[in-house]
This record gives sequence, structure tokens and C-alpha cells, in this order.
Amino acid sequence: MEYLFSTAVGALTAGGIYLVLRQRTFTVILGISLLTYAVNLFLFASGRLSINLPAVLRYGTETYGDPLPQALVLTAIVISFGMTAVIVMLGLGAYLAARDDRIDLDDATPGATDTAPAQGKGDMT
Amino acid sequence: MNHLILFPVLLPAVVGAIIILVMRFHTSLARTFSVATSLALLGIGWALLWEGASGRFMVYGLGNWPAPFGIVLVLDRLSALMVALTATLALPVLLYAIGSGWDTRGRHFHALFLFQLMGIFGAFLTGDIFNLFVFFEILLIASYGLMIHAGGTRRMRAGVQYVIYNLLGSTLFLFALGTLYAVTGTLNMADLALRVAEIPAEQSALIRVAAVLLLAVFAVKAALIPLHFWLPATYADAPAPIAALFAIMTKIGAYAILRVFTLIFGPGVVATQGLVGTWLMPAALVTLAVGMIGVLGARQMGRLAAFAAIGSMGTLLVAIALFTPQGTAAALYYMVHSTLAGAMLFLVVDLVRARRAGEADWLTPAPLMAQSGLVASLFFAAAIAMAGMPPLSGFLGKLLVMDAVRSHPLVWTIWAVILTTSLVAVLGFARAGSALFWNTLPPEAAPDAPTTLPFVATGGLLAMLTLLTLAAGPVTGFMAATAAQLTATGSYISAVLPDAPDAPDAPDAPDPSDPPEAPEAPAPEDTQ
Repeated sequence: MEYLFSTAVGALTAGGIYLVLRQRTFTVILGISLLTYAVNLFLFASGRLSINLPAVLRYGTETYGDPLPQALVLTAIVISFGMTAVIVMLGLGAYLAARDDRIDLDDATPGATDTAPAQGKGDMT
Repeated sequence: MNHLILFPVLLPAVVGAIIILVMRFHTSLARTFSVATSLALLGIGWALLWEGASGRFMVYGLGNWPAPFGIVLVLDRLSALMVALTATLALPVLLYAIGSGWDTRGRHFHALFLFQLMGIFGAFLTGDIFNLFVFFEILLIASYGLMIHAGGTRRMRAGVQYVIYNLLGSTLFLFALGTLYAVTGTLNMADLALRVAEIPAEQSALIRVAAVLLLAVFAVKAALIPLHFWLPATYADAPAPIAALFAIMTKIGAYAILRVFTLIFGPGVVATQGLVGTWLMPAALVTLAVGMIGVLGARQMGRLAAFAAIGSMGTLLVAIALFTPQGTAAALYYMVHSTLAGAMLFLVVDLVRARRAGEADWLTPAPLMAQSGLVASLFFAAAIAMAGMPPLSGFLGKLLVMDAVRSHPLVWTIWAVILTTSLVAVLGFARAGSALFWNTLPPEAAPDAPTTLPFVATGGLLAMLTLLTLAAGPVTGFMAATAAQLTATGSYISAVLPDAPDAPDAPDAPDPSDPPEAPEAPAPEDTQ
């Protein structure tokens, strides 16, 4: 089970890193999602992998499943879920504003006044 | 139990939520509440500083759960100092944002501002490393909103980069925390310190991985080379008052390095001995050099201020990388200085932008701006502070840092780098100042300059810098006491865990050179 689990985490991480290094926002977001899956699994395993252990709730059991990693994973899932939503909206906003979803910034040039407030984009916040 | 320590987190959270729910469309009401909250936070911050200066630890168990199981907030001298500094910075920045009208150029400025403060205060106060992650996320989420405040194509694209970079940083943080938990079975910082100190050198592979991962995460926050790439575009393209508030964000990375690598992975810990200092010092020197060269090479004011922030982080991390009490004390003094000075520089950048057509801050000839003399003198003061020239506290800070490295083997290299980069920075600021204020075209109809409040806010920061210079004696005394308290980790541990079974194992004698005795039993690998 350990081999299977670590292979899964490794494959997800490798795929995530590959995608994050791409140049387009969409693939980068996919890569970040893969990385968060990997880290969630990894956190889950940090309390040791075990099968058929009871929850911490009952008295008189010798061993029980470690509850803390589950709480950590829950927090991490909530945060990463919210952040994925934010980055999708932000990436979409940047794409619609710039008509281009490349991740890198061009050098700014004098005279281009694109730092001026655009209309209605404040709603993104 | 004193509940005061909870308020820096609770108050902005509650008021921020109320502002979102009730005052979304009432600018003046939101402004009033936001300023009132900042004033209250200022009072609370200084009360906490007063409390922390007594040298006692204030430990607050949330829900009254005892320490290794529940989450604790811990106030010591260092966190009290950082909280007071944040509160002191927040008020002028907020006043500037109100005075210049930045808060009305997008939605939810005040709520996000307060949430940002909540995250920053929480990160400084927490005694639990997973909670540190959560507060990092809170402050980052608020900063994503603030960063793209008021929109604009370039700002949005820079915002995407910023968010992606920090999401990757958060992922790395989680990997580090998972590794830490897998090895030690705890996430409470004091408990971690006890457990990590017990790990023998031959079983240290995993814990060393965790330590390096944590260092990488904090280096992202602190904009340490080579993890600084998010900073220039973010700071230059964010609204300038927000960039001024972000001056404290890089310091959170420095704070976390200081906290984690003195308390948990201190110099006396066998498992991670010689791991951090060897990497941190060269990286800090390169950061300093790159930052100041960036100041010289910048073609825009925003970029210039961003690279000045990177350079000041370099100086700060040089002092931190020593991990000596004297170095830490110097680092803390420089940290307070560079936060205030960096914020002031960004406010001056916005003063310039507001006075030039199209909000451009290019260092090219432009019509003479309104109130050019006043803006120029503020820029002059900020440049002196950032470059570390004599009258202001930057000079004292750099002097303290250089004094602290005296016993380091690389002392001549470090001195050469600090002095040369100071010269480069002076050149860069002089070039920018002459291009902005002297190389001008005849004045034409310039944009309407904002009212007096921006000047008051900027001048307030300058007044604080002056105060920091004048009160350098007492302040450095406080910093030395803070550094001594940080080095004596035993008192922190026994304050958080009063009845820890392993308490005698903690280095009660504040002597980092004293090697901890090798424990007989292997490290507690399993929590079950």
C-alpha cells in the first residue's frame, strides 16, 4: 500500500510541476490543482497509513486512526478549493483584459498607460 | 488569562465582516469604521508591546485547551514588537489610501485591508505552525484582492503571477508541515522544539528536508534570491498604498525565519546543525547586491522602490543569518527601520504618480509636477532612509548590522558588499531624483493633486523614522533584550508547556553552544 500511495503522490507532484512550468495560465492552474491533490494525499499519509482502525472517539481501544492529519487535510482542501476559484477568476479577468493568457509579463514601455484603472474590474475582488 | 492578545485577530475580522455586510456602499461609514479600528489596533498593539516588554510570556490557549493539543497564541517580545510595528504602519497607510482616494477606485478596500491586518497579526502571534500556515493564507487571500484593487490590464496580469507564485509557496509549506508532522507528531512550536532537539544526527534526513522546505517557503515570503521573482512586478504594479502595506509582508518571512530557526531548528539542535546559516548568508548577500543594482537600473519609480525593498531584505537577512544575539538585535532594529522607510518610499512613489499625466512613474522628462518641492524633499528623505545615509535610522541600522558581523569568518566580504551596495543605492536614488524633479519640461495642466492627508500620512512615517533615530538607544536596548529572549528558547517552551515531561531536556541555560545530550530512546515516531 505504501508503494502505491507514494507512487500516486509522486506522479501527481511530477505532473503538477511539469504543468506549472508551462506558459499558459490554464495549464498552470491545472498544475496547481494537481499539486494540491498531491499535498493533500501527502498530509493524509503523514499520520501513517493504516487500515481498519477505529476513530479516536471510543474508549478502550489500543490504537486509533490519527485524527490530526484529517483535520489538516480538511483545512488544506478548503483553502486550496477557494484559492483555485480565485485564481481561475483572476486568470479569466487577466485573459479578458489582455486578450492573451500568457503567464509572463512583457516589459512595460513608456507611454503605455495600462496601469490606469479599468472600468468595472473592481468587481473581481 | 488576559484576553487582550486575542483582539488584534478578532477585531479586524469582525469589523471587516461588518463592513462587507452592512457598509458596502457607504464609503464614509466604511472609512470611519476602518480608521477607528486601525486606531484601536494601534492602541492594542502598543499595549501588547508594553506587556511584552516586561519579558513575561503571555500564552492564550484558544478554547482553553492545554498547549500541545489546542492552538495557542503566544506573545513574547518579538511578536509584541511585530504587532506594534504593523499597527503603527497600518494607520498612515490607511490615511494615505483615504486621502488619495485609492479606497474608492475599487470595491471592498477597507474590508480587505482589515482582513490583511488580521492575517498579519495572527501570523505574528500564533504559537502553532499549522496556524501560521492558516494565517499566511488569510493574509495572502486578502493581499490578492488588494493587489488587483482598481484593476487594469497590467495589474491583473501581475496579480495572476503573484497569486500563482504564492499558491506554489503554500503548497510547499504544506509539504513541509506534513514532513514535520510525520517525523515529530506535533505542530505546536514549543512541542516541536522539544521533539526536534531529541532527534539524533543519524536519523535526521527527514527533519532536515522539512527544515529546508520551511526555509524555502519563508524565503519566498522574504523575497530572498532566487525566490524573489514575484516581488518587483507585484510591488510595482500594485496600488502604491497597498505596496506600502506590503512592506510588512516581506518582514513576515523574516520573522518566520527568525522564529522557526531559533526556536525549533536552533543553532544547538544536532539534527539540523549548520544547515541554514550556510545557505542563508550567501543568498542574503546576493539579494542585497541584486536589489541595489536593481535600484540603479530601474526605469520606473515603482520598480525602483520594489528593488529597494529587495535590497533592504538582503541587509536584514545578512543580520539574521548570523543567528547570534547581537546579529538578531541589529536585524530587528533594521527591520523596523526598513518597514517604515520602504512604506514611505512607496507613498512617495504614489505622490509622484498622482502628479504626472497618466499616472506614469517613468524616469523620463515630464512636465514639472505640482508641489514639486515638497514631494522632492519627501523623496529625498525616503531615499536617505532606504540607502542608509547618515541622518536617519537606516545608517544606524546598517552600522549595527556591520558591527554584528565582525566575528563572522566572511566579515570583509560582507562589509564590502554592504558598503558597495549602499553606494550603488545612493547613485540609483540620486539618478532617479534628478530625473524626476530636475529634468523636467515646462509645467502644463497637471492632474489635480490630492489633498493634504497624503502628505500628513507620508510625513507621519518620516516622523516615525526620525523618532526611531532619536530613540535609538532605548530601542536597541529593547532589541537586545528581545534577541536574548529569542536565544533562551527554554523559557518559551516552559511558558507554553508548563508541565512538559521533557522540560528538563530544554536548554534552560541560554547557551546555544551547549550541545544537548543525546537521548537514549529514538525520536517519538508515532503519535498513536
